[in-house]
Amino acid sequence: MKNSPLSIWFFVGLMLTVYGGLIFSYGISELVTGQLAPVVLNTLHAPIWWGGGQLVLGLLYLAKFRPGKA
Amino acid sequence: MFGLVPTSAAAGCLHSIPATLAFSTAPLAHLSTLDLAVITIYFGMVIWIGYHLKGQSNTSEEFFMAGREMTAWIAGLSFVSANLGSLELMGWAGSAYQYGILAAHWYWVGAIPAMLFLGMVMMPFYYVCKTHSVPGYLKLRYGQGSSVVAGFSFAFMTVLMSGVNMFAMAEVMKIVLGWDLNFSIIVSSLAVAAYVALGGLRSAIYNEVLQFILIWGGALLVPIMGLIEAGGWTGFKAKLAHNIQTGLTANGDYTHLWRSMGHFQDNPMGIHWTGIVFGLGFAISFGYWTTDFLVVQRVLAANSLRSARLAPVIGSFFKMAVPLIVILPGLLGLVALQNPDGSLMHLVGENVVAAHPGMGLHSYNEVLPLMMVRYLGPGLLGLGITALIAGFMSGMAGNVSAFSAVSIYDIYQPLFKRNASDKHLVLAGRVATIGGVIISMGAAYTVMHAQGIMDYVQALFSFFIAPLLGVVLMGMFWKRATKEGGFWGLLLGTLTSVGLWAWVKADPSALKYVAISPYAKDMAENMYRALWSVSTSILVCLVVSLLTKAKPLAELEGLVYGATKLPVEEPVPFYKNEWFWTAIAIVCFLALNIYFW
Repeated sequence: MKNSPLSIWFFVGLMLTVYGGLIFSYGISELVTGQLAPVVLNTLHAPIWWGGGQLVLGLLYLAKFRPGKA
Repeated sequence: MFGLVPTSAAAGCLHSIPATLAFSTAPLAHLSTLDLAVITIYFGMVIWIGYHLKGQSNTSEEFFMAGREMTAWIAGLSFVSANLGSLELMGWAGSAYQYGILAAHWYWVGAIPAMLFLGMVMMPFYYVCKTHSVPGYLKLRYGQGSSVVAGFSFAFMTVLMSGVNMFAMAEVMKIVLGWDLNFSIIVSSLAVAAYVALGGLRSAIYNEVLQFILIWGGALLVPIMGLIEAGGWTGFKAKLAHNIQTGLTANGDYTHLWRSMGHFQDNPMGIHWTGIVFGLGFAISFGYWTTDFLVVQRVLAANSLRSARLAPVIGSFFKMAVPLIVILPGLLGLVALQNPDGSLMHLVGENVVAAHPGMGLHSYNEVLPLMMVRYLGPGLLGLGITALIAGFMSGMAGNVSAFSAVSIYDIYQPLFKRNASDKHLVLAGRVATIGGVIISMGAAYTVMHAQGIMDYVQALFSFFIAPLLGVVLMGMFWKRATKEGGFWGLLLGTLTSVGLWAWVKADPSALKYVAISPYAKDMAENMYRALWSVSTSILVCLVVSLLTKAKPLAELEGLVYGATKLPVEEPVPFYKNEWFWTAIAIVCFLALNIYFW
């Protein structure tokens, strides 16, 4: 009997977590150093809320669809 | 694949892009280390998924049909994702900049009715007869002749279009990022070949779902930031009106869908509402969404009839939302994009860019990457670029997996190896996948050295879709349709399409006859040509069928309306019922069209 594959939603969660973590970390570093990327509306700190949102969503999916969870 | 110019790239997307994506010479974006890390992680993940799913693709049913185990959500997202190519994203964003919200017709009337029709009316027949492909349905309904013809034409055109798309994408990456053409073609091809050959359709579907999420995660921030900068939708309209009033932007109605459709000369696309409704909304859209195996294959992989019917319905909601990340950024570009000196940037046609090299001009097709560069810093830009790459790869994987299934089930097995073992079919499928990628690469390099053939290749693909629709509809809903009627309907419908295309190519003034107006433009030609083609195939099928002997009713069980007993589905709460969600989708579709009337 073959093993069941990991859920697609687990992969989605993993991808969102990794990307969200990277972008959120960059946003925090921008905030701490005060060196903002030269883009329009950079004072809105999009990396923090966009990356943070992806990170939270990714962690939720990871928890819900982690391997071994029925 | 149909629309702006003869057909689409990406061998799958309904929506066309300008045939030649011409760009200015300097790369638009410079990626940071973080951006490159985001892109590299993406490639690592898609290969990992393919490797992980290798053990799940041991039988032909698993390799070609994903074991028919996909839920409605997965099949639905994959169904839309296979169509969402990156060239489509960029091409239609450019069209929105040029023509305004008229471009949204290709996402709404040009997709939603057909998707719902597939789910609620046609899918039971595809699903109940357990066909592996659309040519497979033709074989069951009309016999092997039309199936083999449809299989060959589909397989040939699929890899050819995949190659055209591959080249166009490499060209985009060269211009946007300065990447070498060979690098883009080889890396993306190897990645797609690896994960589809390893995991089959299941791997392609998994990656398409992942890519779909990625496209939204990478691209949705652009319109959000654009709307914030413009002061919301109302602020955008006020700025646009001011720009038009002061002559900064060309005069036109950029924010209404139907008001300028009363006459061909009233809108910049040169289209009449009859062309949009009957040509795009019926002939082209139904042809693509209900008979193109590239997308139908995703739904056939569903785990039950209910899931198979729900999948296109779920897909329709996302399809309705795609203009948020495609059309809206294009529109916002009209008021947001600025030159380095702060003046309003004016994008121009490809021919103007090509005629003025070194002047720093940008073409319409660059609006999406320009908007990304405007708002997205390190990491986010990498995510946006990865979204474009993901869009390309999902389109290519869709082509390759569909090519593999059709070439084995509808060509190799019936013609060369009728008694092939299941293990042999899986091996042949993996070889066909790799072969499909190699042929696609060959096509990409051919196009690189003779770009003029791109127009012809794209037009070629469009010749088969509309007549196929006529024949499938007649076969599915008319018991009297015969083998001879199907064959001649398909043949004469295709010849009608080819003939009209050649007529206009040889004598451009013939457009006034094909598109029934001297004011019609190129896009109107595609719509009316498809309409005449599908009408011909239906008429010919009707007449020939009446003159020939029909199949006994018993042989039509599971294939034709009125001769098929559909399985009774278990009752479910209303919020899980496909008809309920179809009704909601229809209401949303009508509301969008009324709001933007």
